[in-house]
Amino acid sequence: MRLPSLKTNVDSNQSVVVTKQKLTQKSFVTNLGDYLMEKLFLVLGTLAIFILLLIVGFLFREGSDAIREVGISEFIFGQSWYPSSSDPRYGALPFIISSVMVTVGALLLAVPWGIFTAIFISEIAPKRLKEMLKPVVEVFAIFPSVVLGFIALIVISPIVANVFNLSNGLTAITASVILSVMALPTIISIAEDSLNSVPSDFKEGAYALGATKWEVIKDISLPAAKSGIIAAVMLGFGRAVGETMTVLMAAGNAIDMPVQQLLGLTIPDFLTSVRTLTANIAIEGSDVAWGSLHYSALFVVGMILFVITFIVNLIADLLINRQRGALRND
Amino acid sequence: MTNAALIKKKRNVQLMWVTICATFAVITVGTLAFLFYWIIVGGAEVISWSFITQMPEQNMTAGGIWPALVGTIYVSLLTIAISVPLGIGAAIYLNEYAKQGRLVRLIRLSIRNLSGVPSIVYGLFGLGLFAATFGFGRSLIAAALTLAIMVLPWVITGAEEALKAVPRSFREGGLALGATKWQTIRQLVLPSAIPGMATGAILGLARAAGETAPIILTGAAYFLPIIPHDIKEQFMALPYHLYILATQHSETATVRPIAYGTALVLIILVILLNSVAIFIRNYYRRKNELL
Repeated sequence: MRLPSLKTNVDSNQSVVVTKQKLTQKSFVTNLGDYLMEKLFLVLGTLAIFILLLIVGFLFREGSDAIREVGISEFIFGQSWYPSSSDPRYGALPFIISSVMVTVGALLLAVPWGIFTAIFISEIAPKRLKEMLKPVVEVFAIFPSVVLGFIALIVISPIVANVFNLSNGLTAITASVILSVMALPTIISIAEDSLNSVPSDFKEGAYALGATKWEVIKDISLPAAKSGIIAAVMLGFGRAVGETMTVLMAAGNAIDMPVQQLLGLTIPDFLTSVRTLTANIAIEGSDVAWGSLHYSALFVVGMILFVITFIVNLIADLLINRQRGALRND
Repeated sequence: MTNAALIKKKRNVQLMWVTICATFAVITVGTLAFLFYWIIVGGAEVISWSFITQMPEQNMTAGGIWPALVGTIYVSLLTIAISVPLGIGAAIYLNEYAKQGRLVRLIRLSIRNLSGVPSIVYGLFGLGLFAATFGFGRSLIAAALTLAIMVLPWVITGAEEALKAVPRSFREGGLALGATKWQTIRQLVLPSAIPGMATGAILGLARAAGETAPIILTGAAYFLPIIPHDIKEQFMALPYHLYILATQHSETATVRPIAYGTALVLIILVILLNSVAIFIRNYYRRKNELL
């Protein structure tokens, strides 16, 4: 076989082509197989897009009956949910408020808890302690939510009943406490990732100027990791607002508006039994008649939930990317 | 303020904040220890070989949890059998074929968003599509398909990480020898990526085993003391069984020990699966480092 010359005249170019053809000559079957596999993987690769579209499309399709009949404003602002009454009402506002209340309550606990723990793991703990703490966080993440719900039921709810002198400890605050445990691993791991991604020369520069360790954390690491930490909080929100089993078991599931009057103001009542969007789907979804208006209404509830989590996750995603971009350019 | 006083003040401020951080870290570890302690102490009394292998009796106030355990194993294995081929295919596309561009960015955005969709929304979707529209009814297969879609983002991510760990030289070597792309992937890339993919699959399995909300809507049965023989039958599952015993049973106080036992078995199952996955990952990681 003649080696192709490097000169770029027409002749040698042709011989390169011929040589290449010989080398890559394969049976028709091999080539067809290769082509088909590539197309198959293309289809599988785009599966995630299709599934996402399918979920959105399906929620809208199944929910459209209820939207047409009840109206979207009734769903979002209506204060009573009586699906099986003779004059059915489909106001999901109590569920929306409950979901937000329980989630915000959980974050009030989980955000300082998670961020301080992340700072400790990422910035303060010596290497060996760090290696021991990371699996602890991972184990948190694998705890089945139903087990945490069970713990809330038998441990937290009696404590809440005692402390606040209630007859029943299944309240919004009980759900918030256990939800904070659910959101914790998400917040810790994302916040820690983002603290770890702060380049070490930022910190070394500050140390060289005589800053203490805490000053470096406060003035260098935390500001540089800000977007990522906000993203951690957003993802924690998304995780908590979408959580079903723990709130189903801990929050009591009453369908009324979870508010009280105080000095003429309507404020959320954390010491009352609440039902979240997720819990409502779980309770009513298992025995609803398929195709009924009630069934369709549950898909609208699912849609509300989907929209909330989608927006929150999208913002978190943008924040994480922004931090990556910012730290890379610097 | 003198220099020494300033340094002292700085030191005190630092000590305070470091103590706060350390306290929260201790609370984190303490909470985990407490969770385990509570479940183990409560569950250890009832857990025994017969508890695991017996049928529930007398309206679940006696007997064991065998059908729930088997149901969970069935539905998790079925979930993995569906999601792993799809997930690996998607990962192969993303890592081996796709050119980095708008399509890939869109796919990755979809994957991340899918992993943020609440599990109950997957349940609702599965109820509407698989149970009602496809006519599977509330069944093992409807639940498994639903869970399969739910764990898909994790399976894809796990498989992609496994593919990324395969050195580029493997692919270049294969292509240089004249193998086609698919031959290279099948004979050189996949064999070294399989352990990593197994890790992802087992983690997905653990997630499917511990999940409750989607199967409430798509196929888990309240009480069904038989082992399912067909994928179109309903089934009992450990997490749902625990939920029932804890909140829905008419005598929740009487069945509390059984609930503890169920929780302990579920935790052991999930941790066992995760440990196997981590073991495989670490074993092959060390092996690869030696290469």
